[in-house]
Amino acid sequence: MSGHTFDNKVIQWLDDRLPIFSVLQHSAVEYPTPRNLNYWWNFGSLAGLMLVIMVLSGVFLAMAYTPNVNLAFGSVEHIMRDVNYGWLLRYAHMNGASFFFVCVYIHIFRGLYYGSYKAPREVLWWLGLIIYLTMMGTAFMGYCLPWGQLSFWGTTVITNLFSAIPLVGGAITTWLWGGFSVDNATLNRFFALHYLLPFVIFALVFLHVVALHTTKSNNPLGIDVKGPQDTIPFHPYYTIKDLFGVGILLMVYLGVVFFLPNFFVEPTNYIPANPLVTPPHIVPEWYFLPFYAILRSVPDKLGGVIAMFGAIIVFFFLPWIDSSKVRSARFRPIYKQLFWIFVIDCILLGYIGSQPPEGTMVPLGRAATVAYFLFFPLMWVIGKVEKPKPLPQSIAAPVLKGKSAAAKPMEKA
Amino acid sequence: MSDLSTHPQGATPDDASRRDFLLYATTAVGVVGAGLALWPFIHSMNPSADTLALSSTEVDLSSVAEGQAITVTWRGKPVFIRHRTAAEIEAAKAVKLGDLPDPQADDQRVKKAEWLILVGICTHLGCIPLGQKPADPKGEFGGWFCPCHGSQYDTSGRIRKGPAPRNLEVPAYSFLSDTSVRIG
Repeated sequence: MSGHTFDNKVIQWLDDRLPIFSVLQHSAVEYPTPRNLNYWWNFGSLAGLMLVIMVLSGVFLAMAYTPNVNLAFGSVEHIMRDVNYGWLLRYAHMNGASFFFVCVYIHIFRGLYYGSYKAPREVLWWLGLIIYLTMMGTAFMGYCLPWGQLSFWGTTVITNLFSAIPLVGGAITTWLWGGFSVDNATLNRFFALHYLLPFVIFALVFLHVVALHTTKSNNPLGIDVKGPQDTIPFHPYYTIKDLFGVGILLMVYLGVVFFLPNFFVEPTNYIPANPLVTPPHIVPEWYFLPFYAILRSVPDKLGGVIAMFGAIIVFFFLPWIDSSKVRSARFRPIYKQLFWIFVIDCILLGYIGSQPPEGTMVPLGRAATVAYFLFFPLMWVIGKVEKPKPLPQSIAAPVLKGKSAAAKPMEKA
Repeated sequence: MSDLSTHPQGATPDDASRRDFLLYATTAVGVVGAGLALWPFIHSMNPSADTLALSSTEVDLSSVAEGQAITVTWRGKPVFIRHRTAAEIEAAKAVKLGDLPDPQADDQRVKKAEWLILVGICTHLGCIPLGQKPADPKGEFGGWFCPCHGSQYDTSGRIRKGPAPRNLEVPAYSFLSDTSVRIG
């Protein structure tokens, strides 16, 4: 980090006392990045952009929002009708949550496909999972704030999950609510925590990036960087590639914000919360649907809750569940098929979660839940029996095929 | 980007100027776009439609007797309405403009001489001067006295003594009838 000199004397003076420019130069400009990253590697920085958009729009929304059971619903309508550009802030925030999850889900599946959770990136993977869990909590509490019918009943159902815990469940639920039902105390604390947690996510993202820059990026071949000829400097190559992705994401995201702002919203949430009437059909936001389907598929209260949380916790053990030494699914013909079956199963679970739990949806949900949990033991078995395709000698080797082995190293790398 | 070391092999100086142009054009569009995107955030902190809808207040003056004063709220601020006595009007008109820190004739400050309408906020640092109630101190000039830093206003609401720089502000208002006024 130290040792970098700058032509500008002011920058040099500041950098000698606080090395922000050295760190930036080291980790965002010169930072040696595998030269073969594809567009699936865009989604980490895109998720970071969505986090910034969420915090920015959220801070300004909080200036006009009132966390009180009698005023919350009205204050959201006040934002929509009276506050200058309030509709834009709210639609950007509301849909921003969905696009944040889109980016993070693609980012997670990217890691799953290319084996980014394997040594030496276990801690990087864990930090990512903790970010994801924190996001889920933040999103859930944010959904409570407009105090519509689904806000209220979603909060009631999810907080009641904790009542499944033996002996202390009831006490924990009462503690979470700050009363004997979801009420003003609940709304107030959810607002406080919903404002706090994004900054916790920022801190976790910082650690995630520190861990990333320690182990360096994985790549589509999943093999280690052998030397300077395998890398290119982050700037300008990946800054430009990331910016291109930003352009595409913003077009789709703002397209939804401006033209389909209520696409992800259940109309029921435009009815003010009524603690005496449960809406006929309760569904969570789409990004919780697969877990909701798992919860409903287990015909036991405690078992369902354990299965639902277990469906996420199991990912922490992935570095040891996966017994294969090869990272990238490109060279793992059987695991590649298992991976895509898992992706389809997750989407199927999401669909099942969105449907009323009756008729064929019940056995289908159970089958999909079993398939979900079968993924992990199968992953272990496949790692043992699968014969991987031969790995290339280096990242540069397939590109320089036919040329002399003494490739000219990239400058600055 | 004039640093050729980041260029791929075979880059020519012509390429460099083309790339410079693209870089500057892209940066300019990005900066303008980011600037425009900031505006909704900034503007959301300006008064909202419901706040602006409260920007006028109608007051019935029929119950305010001569010598009495009332305070009404307009845009969240106190507005002093004083039904001045003949003596107070006389006192306000008698002052020589040269003696005033912020010279302004009394008839420029009223539409009807008996009704003095002022924003009741001291022009020094925003306190509300005393003088509306019969028991309040009205200062040496029979108008208002600010308890915060001792500014004194006369029967036309003009600053006469103390740290305040300007006369009490006269809001925009119009008489709807002889006994009804709309402020704002």
